[in-house]
Amino acid sequence: MRRPFVSVEGIARRFPGVSGAPPQTVFADLWFGIEEGEFVCLIGHSGCGKTTILNILAGLDRADDGAVVVAGREIAGPSLDRAVIFQSHALLPWLSAEGNIAFAVKSRHPDWSRAQVAEACRHWIDLVGLAAAATTRPAQLSGGMKQRVGFARALAVSPKILLMDEPFSALDALTRGTLQEEVNRIVAETKLTAFMITHDVDEAILLADRILLMTNGPEAKIAEVVVNTLPRPRTRHDIHHLPGYYELRNHIVDFLIDRSRRLAGAMPPEWTARAVPEVRPAASAAT
Amino acid sequence: MRATRPAASLALACLLFALFVGAWQLSSSTGFGTAEVADPEYAALVGAAAATGGQTPFPSPFEVAARLWQHLTDPFYVRGTNDQGIGIQLAYSLARVLAGFTLAALLAIPLGFLIGMSPLLYGALNPFIQVLRPISPLAWMPLALYTIRDSSISSIFVIFICSVWPMLLNTAFGVATVRREWLNVARTLECGALRTAFRVILPAAAPTIMTGMRISIGIAWLVIVAAEMLVGGTGIGYFVWNQWNNLSLADIVTAILLIGVIGMVLDQILAMATRAVAYQE
Repeated sequence: MRRPFVSVEGIARRFPGVSGAPPQTVFADLWFGIEEGEFVCLIGHSGCGKTTILNILAGLDRADDGAVVVAGREIAGPSLDRAVIFQSHALLPWLSAEGNIAFAVKSRHPDWSRAQVAEACRHWIDLVGLAAAATTRPAQLSGGMKQRVGFARALAVSPKILLMDEPFSALDALTRGTLQEEVNRIVAETKLTAFMITHDVDEAILLADRILLMTNGPEAKIAEVVVNTLPRPRTRHDIHHLPGYYELRNHIVDFLIDRSRRLAGAMPPEWTARAVPEVRPAASAAT
Repeated sequence: MRATRPAASLALACLLFALFVGAWQLSSSTGFGTAEVADPEYAALVGAAAATGGQTPFPSPFEVAARLWQHLTDPFYVRGTNDQGIGIQLAYSLARVLAGFTLAALLAIPLGFLIGMSPLLYGALNPFIQVLRPISPLAWMPLALYTIRDSSISSIFVIFICSVWPMLLNTAFGVATVRREWLNVARTLECGALRTAFRVILPAAAPTIMTGMRISIGIAWLVIVAAEMLVGGTGIGYFVWNQWNNLSLADIVTAILLIGVIGMVLDQILAMATRAVAYQE
């Protein structure tokens, strides 16, 4: 069987029970793949272990069972090839915006001269539109600008995979929209493989090629994989005019409101963890 | 807190100072010595003041000011081992404090780093720290004198032992409470242990470490006076005790003032260093 670029193979995560209680299974027997250059979103309610999955992909957390294979090799820990954009931006507050990015650049290129590092920083700062705030410390930056720095820092290590943990959830709607479009543009230009956790259905439809729908925890499962057949490039301005957009959106919203809870108890008999069914709500509506 | 007006505060401080000096002057000028005629032979033996049952009067502010001026204009004279300028005595004390403090920092900061990083080490060393920390540093003095056999080095040791604990505990606490997400950033950037320690943990814990250093230097400056009173020889503590034996209260008040000023300067230097490494989250 051909393996996708990122292959998640039967991972499980259990937390020890408190005072003799049986261990709590957050999720078990989870299988999915991400193709090279693909943008995959994971949607689910709080508590289904989304962040844990991302941390396992990043190598920050370990799965109790199963493995994650990237480009044919099982991951054993964090890597510069898998950059993480944290929900809380996680900038180092004693460094300026530029200093934070330089820290990442030096991690990838320890042998670079100061001038080379500075030039690379300028490039990434310009790319995310932060030139005016380069010497500012994070505490003086707005939420959106902080996340821009976080994004630049992640890109500055030239990763192969970008892992994003609800990167826009702490931002106001206007800033979120602008940043989503920039991420969309940059990921498309750099042909990065991206995996993003989100709560936001519209965000997932705008960005993702495929959307993984997760049932509620504990013992959360990927109930189905929604293939986003809406044509690229998509923009926030006209995505909702595309044929099939509402069918796609309604399908996901229905899942989140109703089926995520109902399916948590009992999956349909035809469902198997290793081959989660794919659905194409937008395509069937468009034809 | 509402914004304060510095000029008003300064004016009030000056007023309080004037009131204090006025009250001091008033109480020291109304002497309560009695003029009882004593046996002249006894007077010749013990001195006129003692013979009449009189006390050495508490010096007036002007006497203290005059003495202070004398000390400040000629701080570094040496007229024998027991009569050296106050500047020399302060320099001895400062040198001991800085030596003991530096040695303590050299031990406490790396060790605190290890304790903060390793819960195992923390659990193993914590009982010792909790028992040793509340011991008055002066209680170590006899042991120090017995083992070291040098009074000056013994006082340095006492300074070392009293300033080691705040730095050790603050460093351990600062290192142990570095935000997990910053450590995760270092991990995803594949920083080695040393790079993580120096570029992430150290700057993150620096404000806490500096606070520990500031507490330590304050305690060290408190303890050096007592230590030098005990071992004698040189230093500002010895100076105070020597002047007590001379019954020279004006010198004692002068020394007290200068001890306060130097303590404040030490504290402010570390406060500045703390501000330099502070960051806003």
